[in-house]
Amino acid sequence: MTNIFAQLGAKTRKTFAKLGRGTFFLGFTLLGFLDVVLRPRLFSKQMFSVGVLSFLIISISGLFVGMVLALQGYYTLSDFGAEEALGQMIATSLVRELGPVVTALLFAGRAGSALTAEIGLMKATEQLSGMEMMAIDPLKRIISPRFLAGWVSMPLLAAIFSSVGVLGGHLVGVGMLGVDDGAYWAQMQANIDFQDDIINGIIKSIVFGFVVTWIALFEGYDAVPTSEGVSRATTRTVVSSAFSILGLDFILTALMFGDI
Amino acid sequence: MQYSTTQDTLVGLFVASGIAALFFMSMKISNLGEFSEKNNYTISADFANSGGLKVKSPVVVGGVRIGRVTAITLNPKNFRSVVKMSIEPQYNNLPDDTTASIFTAGLLGEQYISLSPGGSDDLLKNNSKIEITQSAVVLEELIGQFLFKDKDAEKK
Repeated sequence: MTNIFAQLGAKTRKTFAKLGRGTFFLGFTLLGFLDVVLRPRLFSKQMFSVGVLSFLIISISGLFVGMVLALQGYYTLSDFGAEEALGQMIATSLVRELGPVVTALLFAGRAGSALTAEIGLMKATEQLSGMEMMAIDPLKRIISPRFLAGWVSMPLLAAIFSSVGVLGGHLVGVGMLGVDDGAYWAQMQANIDFQDDIINGIIKSIVFGFVVTWIALFEGYDAVPTSEGVSRATTRTVVSSAFSILGLDFILTALMFGDI
Repeated sequence: MQYSTTQDTLVGLFVASGIAALFFMSMKISNLGEFSEKNNYTISADFANSGGLKVKSPVVVGGVRIGRVTAITLNPKNFRSVVKMSIEPQYNNLPDDTTASIFTAGLLGEQYISLSPGGSDDLLKNNSKIEITQSAVVLEELIGQFLFKDKDAEKK
């Protein structure tokens, strides 16, 4: 009986210890941003591996999500003779929800897991300890540039996703299904509000970018330095990123659009 | 460390396309491109029933949108709804005997305010009030009237 309580206690202590380590990790990483500003090369290199290499999967997914939305939306809307509202429907769902959320999920799978594996392997092969031996702070040299790159890339990728999605919807809706071109754009512009929809979508993607990059880097940095530990850390990154994205999305949506 | 220019170029292209996408979202998808509300002037109108009118519903004259609804409040004294509208500055020549009616776009579409200019020489100014209004048509009331009319007819 006491065994169960002891286990529960140990689990709680470990969870809080991890949260504490994560917070300190975040604090020192944010402090390291100053060094990133002084050495932009490090940042640009990470922008390449985090942002540019995610570009293709994000834009192709955006295109197909937009096209599928057009097909499915048209099917329902044509029942009410409201095909003209197709543009509005596609743009609202992309800008408000699908853009930030799907991009963040793909980003966690594409860039987040790579970051965790990279940092975890650096730890397992004692590259991080080696840096410390040379009096180089690995948080500033390795983590901070990656954090900034992930955080900056995410809103840009979400914007690309939404824009490509709207164009994909146009391709199917106007090109294949015969919705009027003018109505597609006009209904969209009449009903999408810059402040309510676009800005809130961007805020969402900034929050998701921050959280996903933080989780990915911390899991890598905190991984057990064995091959099994790294593989577990990578799995944890994807799982906890997905949970945090969807949970935060609900909270943010309730705060932003809850009173409509 | 070896720096490659190709990598830098690709990063530059990526950032540029991201910013272009943000610009595209603001200008082409949202309503930011079509107007600024800086110099707009405000007029108000009392309705007995503002129906399904919402903030941001369009205000049109002859089918052309000239502004949008900015606030809908209830006047606590006479229980009429007060609708405030923001009108674009180039349409500042509406006469003060303009009438305002609430119509519905299509059978199930959104409701909007239609202004019909009168013939007066005095013009509507900022914060002035439209006196002649026509309330929203509530579909349920209309159906109710038809039903009761039928029953009355049967009695006779």
